[in-house]
Amino acid sequence: MADATAKQVLFEPIFSNNPIALQILGICSALAVTTSMNVTLVMCAAVIAVTAFSNLAVSLVRTQIPGSIRIIVQMTIIASLVIVVDQVLKAYAYEISKQLSVFVGLIITNCIVMGRAEGFAMKNGPWLSFLDGIGNGMGYSVLLIFVAFFRELLGAGSLFGFSIMPVVNEGGWYIPNGLLLLPPSAFFIIGLAIWGLRTWKPEQVEENDYKLSRHTVKEAF
Amino acid sequence: MAKVKDTVPRTLMVALVLSIAFSVVVSTAAVLLRPAQVKNQNLDIRSNILAAAGMLEPGTGAEEIEEIFSRFEVRLLDLDTGEYVEPSAVGVKDPMKYDMYKAASNPELSTDIPAAEDKAGIKRRPNVAKIFTLSENGELVRVVLPVHGYGLWSTLYGFISLKGDANTIEGLGFYDHAETPGLGGEVDNPRWKKQWVGKEVYGENLEEPQIQLVKGGVGANVADKEHKVDALSGATLTSRGVQQLVNYWMGDRGYETYLKKLRQGEV
Repeated sequence: MADATAKQVLFEPIFSNNPIALQILGICSALAVTTSMNVTLVMCAAVIAVTAFSNLAVSLVRTQIPGSIRIIVQMTIIASLVIVVDQVLKAYAYEISKQLSVFVGLIITNCIVMGRAEGFAMKNGPWLSFLDGIGNGMGYSVLLIFVAFFRELLGAGSLFGFSIMPVVNEGGWYIPNGLLLLPPSAFFIIGLAIWGLRTWKPEQVEENDYKLSRHTVKEAF
Repeated sequence: MAKVKDTVPRTLMVALVLSIAFSVVVSTAAVLLRPAQVKNQNLDIRSNILAAAGMLEPGTGAEEIEEIFSRFEVRLLDLDTGEYVEPSAVGVKDPMKYDMYKAASNPELSTDIPAAEDKAGIKRRPNVAKIFTLSENGELVRVVLPVHGYGLWSTLYGFISLKGDANTIEGLGFYDHAETPGLGGEVDNPRWKKQWVGKEVYGENLEEPQIQLVKGGVGANVADKEHKVDALSGATLTSRGVQQLVNYWMGDRGYETYLKKLRQGEV
């Protein structure tokens, strides 16, 4: 990984090594914050900021961190950044921070952030780590926006809060699919997205863990 | 190198330095952003009150909200006697600072509701409520009362606004709940909320609150239609919760004593 170029670390996580679709990390918030595009975009910006700056900070102090407390140090850095992001949202995007509620705080537990700090930033320089953080944040965002697009469009008939298909309750014709507003629907959409991505890039398909052996018939004697 | 940085004193040093550095970062952010956050919170509460009173057009600016809200008077009300009380009775200086939902968990400031009477499912009720009144030319024209109660998944927090006759509803709105989006969550739908305007809480003798959420809509020929509101489709339990909580808060354990006095001009 040491010879990774800036372009690689920035763009690989978007489709080739997507944290949600390939590494299956960060699913929890992908279910919770994707009911509307506005909320999703703010969440994505928050996650990109946290992954980028935590990677940067971890990478800057990586030679100083004693091995025995390295996870705690990473956690402290990430938690501090998340609190700062949460405070900024409360001050400048109050409405949306109310809708995101605990999920901003829960970025701390988002496996992508911790995974990149431990897996990449501990071994690479600050600039590359920063880009890697942005790249992985964007990989997360691409999938979240994809999910939110379908959930808001089909679940509420709107995009970014603007009505695209007027719903029956407001005198229109579209009967919204309530399932899409509930968290389980995000599983279906993520599943379909992973299927689509692996059809496009077959090298992402994992080897089977085991092989079914040939069915054999033994006669009892 | 790995050997050098793994000694105990060095580990402690690094931990200490990092802790101090990051606590400075976090506390700086908290202190610097505090004024903006407080402003947002106040604005949020104010716009909820105005929305319930039907006085908030979409897209109203922050300054305009402050301006309209400043015409309201904030009052603390003893629910049992139906009289206003001084802020010092609940230990605050500014009535706006009083939090009646926090008071509901303080045994000195609240009372248990007997299970049989606990229609709203809230278990405890604060003794003193924070209400908002609007007077024009010395006459009270609007009163906005906080209400809350249990729906299907969550407690719904909102405001109900009554006209000066202490009977006609001017608006009902919830600002905090976690009902199912698309079903119970439709309590936020402006078209549904519009139905409440002009409904009457009490019957002819102004005794018991009569609000009902009914299935199938409220046509022109429905009996007692001034007390009936169309229930939310697909959300029987949220609708029942809303009906119960409105009737609870309009009943004698809620604001009824006060509203009676208001009608007779005693407060």
